[in-house]
Amino acid sequence: MDFYLTTLVQGLCLSSIALGIYISMKIFNIPDITTDGSYTLGAVVTAILLTHHQPVYIILTAVIFGGGIAGAITGIIHTKLKINALLAGILVMTALYSVNLGLMGRSNIPLLNVSSLFTLINISADPNINTFWILVIFVVIITAIIGYLLKTDFGIAMRATGNSESMIRALGVNTDRMKITGLAIANALTALGGYLFCQVQGFTDISMGIGIVIIGLGSVIIAESIINWLRITSVWISLALVIMGAIIFQLVVAITLDIGVDPIYLKAVTAIFVLLIVSLPRISLKNSR
Amino acid sequence: MIDIKNVHKTFHTGKANQVNAVNGVTLHINSGEFVVIVGANGSGKTTLLDMVAGSVLPGSGNINIDGKDVTKLQDYKRSAWIARVFQNPVSGTASELSILDNFRLAAIRTQAKGLTIGINETFKNQVRERISTLGMGLENKIGQPMGTLSGGQRQALTLLMSVMDNCKILLLDEPTAALDPKSAQIVMKTADDLISHYRLTAILITHNLKDAFTYGNRLILMGEGQVAKDLDTAQKSLLKQNDLFDWFG
Repeated sequence: MDFYLTTLVQGLCLSSIALGIYISMKIFNIPDITTDGSYTLGAVVTAILLTHHQPVYIILTAVIFGGGIAGAITGIIHTKLKINALLAGILVMTALYSVNLGLMGRSNIPLLNVSSLFTLINISADPNINTFWILVIFVVIITAIIGYLLKTDFGIAMRATGNSESMIRALGVNTDRMKITGLAIANALTALGGYLFCQVQGFTDISMGIGIVIIGLGSVIIAESIINWLRITSVWISLALVIMGAIIFQLVVAITLDIGVDPIYLKAVTAIFVLLIVSLPRISLKNSR
Repeated sequence: MIDIKNVHKTFHTGKANQVNAVNGVTLHINSGEFVVIVGANGSGKTTLLDMVAGSVLPGSGNINIDGKDVTKLQDYKRSAWIARVFQNPVSGTASELSILDNFRLAAIRTQAKGLTIGINETFKNQVRERISTLGMGLENKIGQPMGTLSGGQRQALTLLMSVMDNCKILLLDEPTAALDPKSAQIVMKTADDLISHYRLTAILITHNLKDAFTYGNRLILMGEGQVAKDLDTAQKSLLKQNDLFDWFG
């Protein structure tokens, strides 16, 4: 039971990244690689401020701004310098590695004896269940905010930017600014993922972000497959499916480990799993024709 | 309304594939005029239209709209005056967004897109009412993604979207080129009705000489980046359809 609770907890932490990737995919239709760096940045900022005993609201603000700035830089490089979005993301991610290492001063900060978000509120006596409920509340709040945002006039314009750039420019939207804002929001969400995860696992490590974009991507692709399959148009259901995608993804990873696959091959298994989800709809389509 | 003064545009300057797309065009288009532009491929029609819209900025010359110099103004800033219908139905609408969402964006074309939810029952009814005028039965499908509709339906909706917000100028770049003859006819008829009903200043680019003959009150022939012929309402009314075919003979 504890095994699946841990999986659920991890899935909830990573659902914040999945929401971020969902937004950047909706705006660019390409994965934003900045994710690997901004996720670690969120965890690094959290670790430093937690060990300096800063209050929750300061840490949250710092994490959101940190991630937002990282995303905005990718956006500016992409739109103003006309550099491929994928490359722009890789550049910022690479630079963030040094930034993160510089901020920490070493490659690992333990967070075992500091008060975290999960010791702040006591819902249940069992620390694991307590963590679970706090995460549920946290993710519900983030989803509510993003869901509202996507339903506003601004949000509709944002969704249209990735869909038909010529149309949205003709309708008076500065697409450059929209992409920069969208990437900032996406990476702020990713950084929040790092904020949550480092407190759950009890440490921040410089290499914790490596390959995290694949997890976000996999979650969103799982969600997109279901969205397309069931022809879902509701923003709320779509967001709920993205979160579910993140949890399913973690479940697959957990089951992989449970059946005795050597953890060395975990990243390869996740990559193959993502490949499977991406290619399955195409393979089945080919057969039905 | 639109004042184009000695406008030039060259692509790939100094390279082997240099193109002088527009080569000194001066045009004055009055408010309420419906200008039809015809011309062979490469005659500079679309580049000229793009420069009015702002998606291409002129190399030299000036463009004024409503007395304001817009020569260096980006396309998204010109949306205060201009609505566009593109050749490709995909360019004028967002496929994954619902009809309603598309109309919401069009309804605030000249305004800021803020952090409030603008779609309410009043707005939905207004959209249904507008769409029902097309007689395509789309008024009951406003929650459907735009991508599920045919090209003709999408172009007709794009036209309706252009008058959802205050619109002075309507730019039509071969709006029927991708459509079957029947849809093309419906779209052209809708465009003509909207232009006269809202007294819009309009520019239509077309390769369909029958449309060029039937619609509009001014006809321009472009060739090699310049205005080759410019017929006002009186001259156009004297024109016979065969004369038009001879221009391209």
